[in-house]
Amino acid sequence: MRLKSLILGAACAAALFSTPALAQSLTAITGGRVLTGTSVIENGTVVIQNGRVVSVGTAAAPAGARIIDARGKVVSPGFVAVDSGLGGIEVSSVGGSDDLRNGANSISASFDVSYGLDPWSFTLPVARLGGITRAIVVPSHAGGGGGGGGHAHDDSDFAGVGHGGYQSPSLFAGQAAIIHLAQGNDILVRARVAMVAPFGEAGAGIVGGARGAQFTQFKETLAEVRLYARNKAAYDRAGLRDLSLSRADLEALIPVANGTMPLIVTVRRAADIQQVLRLAREEGVRIILDGAEEGWLVADQIAAANVPVLLNPLANLPGNLETRAARMQNATALDAAGVVIAIKGNDGAHRVRETRYNAGNAVSHGLPYEAAIEAITVNPARIFGMAGQFGELRAGAAADVVIWSGDPLEPLSDAEIIFIGGAEQAPTSRQFLLRDRYRDGGEGAMPPAYSR
Amino acid sequence: MTRYRLRGSSLATLAFVLAGSLALSACATIGGGDTPAADGSSSAEARTPLARGLDSATNPDPFPSTYRGLPRENMAIVGGTVFTGAGQRIENGVVIVTDGRVAAVGDASTPVPGGYRVVDARGRFVTPGIIDVHSHLGVYPSPGVTGMSDGNEATNPNTAQVWAEHSLWPQDPGFNTARAGGVTTLQILPGSANLFGGRGVTVRNVPSVTMQGMKMPGAPYGLKMACGENPSRVYGGRNSSPATGMGNVAGYRAAFIAAREYKAKWDKWREDGEGSPPTRNLQLETLAGVLDGSVLIQNHCYRADEMAVMIDVANEFGYRITAFHHAIEAYKIAPLLAREGICADMWTGWWGFKMEALDAVEANAALVDAPAGSCAVIHSDDAELTQRLNQEAAAALAAGRRIGMTISEERAMSWITLNPARSLGIADQTGSLESGKRADVVIWSANPFSVYARADQVFIDGALTFDRSNPAYQPLSDFELGQPGFGLSAANVLQGAR
Repeated sequence: MRLKSLILGAACAAALFSTPALAQSLTAITGGRVLTGTSVIENGTVVIQNGRVVSVGTAAAPAGARIIDARGKVVSPGFVAVDSGLGGIEVSSVGGSDDLRNGANSISASFDVSYGLDPWSFTLPVARLGGITRAIVVPSHAGGGGGGGGHAHDDSDFAGVGHGGYQSPSLFAGQAAIIHLAQGNDILVRARVAMVAPFGEAGAGIVGGARGAQFTQFKETLAEVRLYARNKAAYDRAGLRDLSLSRADLEALIPVANGTMPLIVTVRRAADIQQVLRLAREEGVRIILDGAEEGWLVADQIAAANVPVLLNPLANLPGNLETRAARMQNATALDAAGVVIAIKGNDGAHRVRETRYNAGNAVSHGLPYEAAIEAITVNPARIFGMAGQFGELRAGAAADVVIWSGDPLEPLSDAEIIFIGGAEQAPTSRQFLLRDRYRDGGEGAMPPAYSR
Repeated sequence: MTRYRLRGSSLATLAFVLAGSLALSACATIGGGDTPAADGSSSAEARTPLARGLDSATNPDPFPSTYRGLPRENMAIVGGTVFTGAGQRIENGVVIVTDGRVAAVGDASTPVPGGYRVVDARGRFVTPGIIDVHSHLGVYPSPGVTGMSDGNEATNPNTAQVWAEHSLWPQDPGFNTARAGGVTTLQILPGSANLFGGRGVTVRNVPSVTMQGMKMPGAPYGLKMACGENPSRVYGGRNSSPATGMGNVAGYRAAFIAAREYKAKWDKWREDGEGSPPTRNLQLETLAGVLDGSVLIQNHCYRADEMAVMIDVANEFGYRITAFHHAIEAYKIAPLLAREGICADMWTGWWGFKMEALDAVEANAALVDAPAGSCAVIHSDDAELTQRLNQEAAAALAAGRRIGMTISEERAMSWITLNPARSLGIADQTGSLESGKRADVVIWSANPFSVYARADQVFIDGALTFDRSNPAYQPLSDFELGQPGFGLSAANVLQGAR
């Protein structure tokens, strides 16, 4: 699996450099404090060419290279947003611009967000200016995961009673994709990298209201998937009993059932985390926990199961009765227990740029600085099967490099120069255009509309 | 907070009229207890007041503050870098606190009176308590579950008669987390479903069993108004008015027309005492309070064009707007807001959640702050963000500097201290470390514009209310007792240390 991932990742990465002339030039970033993702190099040199990192160390810049003087600066890998909606939603309240959630009961697990991604989305430059260069884009659901943020759950319709005999709504929100945030006309790095499903209150709400019912439903669903996988020919000639998912959804769940595609489980309560860990063990499903606000109470169990966690370290209030144990030290405790964590931004798309502040706040609440950097660089790449491909400054990785005016976790620091896949990105956004238009008060003789 | 002043010359006739009308009231016999203090003009004739509760002037403060503050001692905070909130930065500064008030602020030469406790702030930073002008703590508390959502009386576009303080649940654990972020004063507002959402209440962020125990004495009331998408969505969705921006404005104007008439009736009746006394109307009373200046307008308004219309509505009816909240587009009309003396209460990082939030820029506060006479404020509207208003200000500061603006940290500190105090009409009481003001003080572990800074100690009226290293000053609300994880340390940190 890992090897296959690496090969696929390389092929995809090679396809996405949309400004080859820039991306291919030999460039050396010298003199900066280099955060490689796993270590710190003072007065380091980062050499990039052809869209990839050539070397990272303390050697002199190679002859003929464009030199970027980063003395007094910090050089980091581009950050990787997890649980994001970047490129999949423009304005949260405008339903037509939200391509992260699908209501049809015949396209649930099979829903693939990658087809709805917009490389021209104005959410991308804003996140990029926050140092985000790659993102995992996930379908959203009633459990509050993903780019759309929380949704009010419609409890008028329960799984198993939908049209066509299919679960409606489904346990599954759909499949996540990996994108890069470079300018250009193709942001997809890899589609269908993980399945998404809410558990806890939201998951229970889908099934009928009770948590226990969802576990039964989940097991029954996987049994149907396995039955289908073993009997496709019979299914195709209608020689199999009725199943509660569409053919497309059954097909999409095969890699989940056989443990090759991870399942991102949004779950918050410690008790629910324990049950989800048990379910994964019993069913042979690979899971990634998302949310896990009460995870610190069962940190050792999560670590023992070797299950990674996507979390927001700012969550310290009981938004509902599932998160009464939420603490600012959750990230610290999970990391200390040996859990691989990735730190999220503050919503799916628009405040993803605050990911770096979230990492900083985790540090101020005990998380070691290096662990915080890992949680927004190498860890997301590891969790989603892209270790060594991006999220790290090391030879062979994609040249996603950000040069910061100072410590990137500080709000007072700016991302000054941003490379994605070796291509230097224009340091602007729609917000910057607006800002500049009104920089001088907007009361000149000519209306602001005449300025660009 | 007297809203209506009785005029001495009218008291005699007033009493005469009352004698007749009281016979209609079943409560007449209990009216005597509320007789207002004579204002010096006491007519010889006995004046019978309206029955209890029928005349706002007889009891202008029906839910009085019982706030007393926690036990305090005189102290001198020495050795830290002091941001006064009023634009000064003092290295190795001294803050003298006497009887809960700031007695002196100065450099290391400032004398420390004998007997004062000396608080060592060397290597640390000292600021005024953070003030959040836009909070729903207590009215949209944690947990936000069925039975606890009390922030929007979304039953009519005009609910100026409701008061947020009557929804406020003091056990919201969010007050404790906010305090751990240095927040010492908050304005708790109703939600924005309505054109007129009701009165807000300004509270001291101390643990209390009752709302009254938090209520800030003497703070003016604010009336929450809302422009834009929310009212028209909520009521338009019910096929009622307002369904549009123009419906919103018609609604504001109709309400203030009624309020003008109401106020005129009371003024006239108080002046000449002729006829029956007006019937008290809580909705119109709040709006009349706006017209006489005793109730401040706290206006949720995102777009620049809508703010300009609201300024005209205010001029039409002769009131003033104290602050625009969620002023996403304030930067487009920064000079106008400064000329009008209206505060713009803003986020730095929030955007894109609806169309009226589309044009947000991170430099909003910096741009709004630039003109002379401006009042730039960073606010939260959020139980998590309120814990980090210092960071939200830092991000705004960075955005301003990025376009070459010269903005000092001591200036930016005013966005979360003195300016919010101005935005609440309490700048004479708090918001800066200046002699005579309430000693609301935060000692930070590092520069508060750093993401790594934590509030070490938080003083309210000179009393220690939170100490990150002393469990005796780490309050837990009743709700927090006995919940999952209670009593356990997370990563070796006690629950109350946050």
